[in-house]
Amino acid sequence: MSGNQIVFIVLAAIACIGAAGVVVFGDNPVRSALFLVLNFFVLGFLYFTLGAQLLGISQILVYAGAIMVLFLFVIMMLQQQSAFLRSTESDGRGPIAWLLGATMFMTVGAAVLAPLGGVTGSPILDTFGTPQSIGKVLFTGYAWPFLISSVLLLVGIVGSILLAKRKF
Amino acid sequence: MNVQAIVEGWAAGGAGPLGIPGPLVLAVTKVMLVVGAVLTLVPGLIWWERRLLSWMQDRIGPNRTGTITFGTKIAFRFFEIPLPKFLHNRKIRTFGLLQPIADGVKLFFKEDITPATIDRKVYFIAPALALFPAFALGGTLPWGASHVPFSEIAGGLYHILTPIADVEIGILYVLAISSLGAYGVILAGWASNNKYSLMGGLRASAQVISYELGMGVSLACVALAVGSLKMTEMVRAQEQPLWGGLPAVQNWFLFTPFGFVAAVIFLICIIAETNRAPFDLPEAENELIAGYHTEYSSMKFAVFFMGEYAAMFVLSGVFATVFLGGPNLMPVNWAYLADAYPAARGAFEGMAWVNYWLGPLAFLAKCAAGITFFIWLRATLPRLRYDQLMTLGWKVLLPAAVANFIVVGLWIVATEVYGPLGGWAAMLGAFAVLGVLYMNFAAATKASVLATGRRGVTMVDPSPRRSVKMVDPNKA
Repeated sequence: MSGNQIVFIVLAAIACIGAAGVVVFGDNPVRSALFLVLNFFVLGFLYFTLGAQLLGISQILVYAGAIMVLFLFVIMMLQQQSAFLRSTESDGRGPIAWLLGATMFMTVGAAVLAPLGGVTGSPILDTFGTPQSIGKVLFTGYAWPFLISSVLLLVGIVGSILLAKRKF
Repeated sequence: MNVQAIVEGWAAGGAGPLGIPGPLVLAVTKVMLVVGAVLTLVPGLIWWERRLLSWMQDRIGPNRTGTITFGTKIAFRFFEIPLPKFLHNRKIRTFGLLQPIADGVKLFFKEDITPATIDRKVYFIAPALALFPAFALGGTLPWGASHVPFSEIAGGLYHILTPIADVEIGILYVLAISSLGAYGVILAGWASNNKYSLMGGLRASAQVISYELGMGVSLACVALAVGSLKMTEMVRAQEQPLWGGLPAVQNWFLFTPFGFVAAVIFLICIIAETNRAPFDLPEAENELIAGYHTEYSSMKFAVFFMGEYAAMFVLSGVFATVFLGGPNLMPVNWAYLADAYPAARGAFEGMAWVNYWLGPLAFLAKCAAGITFFIWLRATLPRLRYDQLMTLGWKVLLPAAVANFIVVGLWIVATEVYGPLGGWAAMLGAFAVLGVLYMNFAAATKASVLATGRRGVTMVDPSPRRSVKMVDPNKA
């Protein structure tokens, strides 16, 4: 087993624990959000190991840093008002959920894990994933998608301002 | 022994001491140099804050811990040890520098109270989460020059030792890690299961979200001007001729118009980011007892305390790197002066080497200046009200940073198209236009405030449509 594989397995294991922790360990929304933060944080490191620096740091900056702080803010505000999301009574949907989940897991596992065994090293350039190369690609080959998504974001900002300003 | 040769051997993959691989030794050395410096200097920083605040408030402050006055002997119960002659009746002064250590010992031996109804795991993780980003932030800070004087190729001892990782995303790394700093405060507030703590945590999260944007955009201005996100590139860009035309002086971004605006915004944002006065709302003691750390005692409180000071120290380092020329002692291009005035070449070359070798000290001095500024502000300004804090972040700092960003973009485009003079004309013109617009806007706002007689913000809409209609469930 190479060093790369060990690093990947450790990071992937932490990411899996984070992902599972969101829904599996208990019903505390704040803890679930914290596991999500862990997952996002480690995901950033997985991107680093693939050479995608900018993507990894954006993952940490945007998701682990900004969005999850907002999530926590909202959860804490709501939790002070009432105990919500607390349904402990079981019904017949449990076994079906387990079945579907296992099927999903096996399908994804068969598609992802099998090819993973033959992976050795990635033939990427040193410049792959740097801000310079991503900027170059964004403003040449992907200029239109980039502009369109910028407009979409602008619409989102205007929409949120409209919603916030509306008196109702 | 030549330190540089040893370190270069490690970097090249040779064996380090005890047969440990050289790169590993080098990596640990690099990390320890930053973390060790922060850990060692934080007590001194606490002492400096207490003394300086005292002087500003016409007090004396802690000035006598560790002062020892010797007699002629040390007397125990049944016997006595005579002291050597040179110590007789001598006084050893430490000016109170040992006070933080005494405080630390006191905190260590205090009763560690853990409230009963807390979320135990989160409660214990929170202080660690508050401390981690403060140290991790130092990862991309270059505390020494990346180039030896008179050389255009990166090299030299400091190039190997610093920064810990000279990644392409240096500035983004700072933003990402500093945004994680809020978690410690938020989680401490939530896990304590205390209304005041929770208020503190909520305030911290709202505050961090609002100030991160201004901070990011103000740094983006500098990154745009430099053309790189690398910290070492930022320092190199500041060693160019001032304003592109004065080769004897370095182009520290604090001296450029756009850089000055960005620096002011960034400085305000880092004060808010470290929860220091006048933005210390998460721990506003006269409203929230002690805010997020109300329920933390003993060493757990000490960890929060240390995290705050370490963050102050490291963020001052970021400010020094991005706006104050990094490890350069003075904004003077010694290499240019040596070429321009051959008569005094020896003196200027000597100064260039002094500037190179004293780089870490110059960097520390700039950090100290930043911290002194933090303390000065704390002694000067009263705490902001919560809505004032929000207004400042969203309505003043963010628009100002974005306007500055547009001006930098204009400057770069105009320089490309019309040359340096055109670029400067565009920049100054844009600043003038924006200034006039702002003054008009401010006058209009003031007029409307005077007309309605209302100041500040209405936090709750009092209109009747919004009010809750009470329905009696028995009649419905």
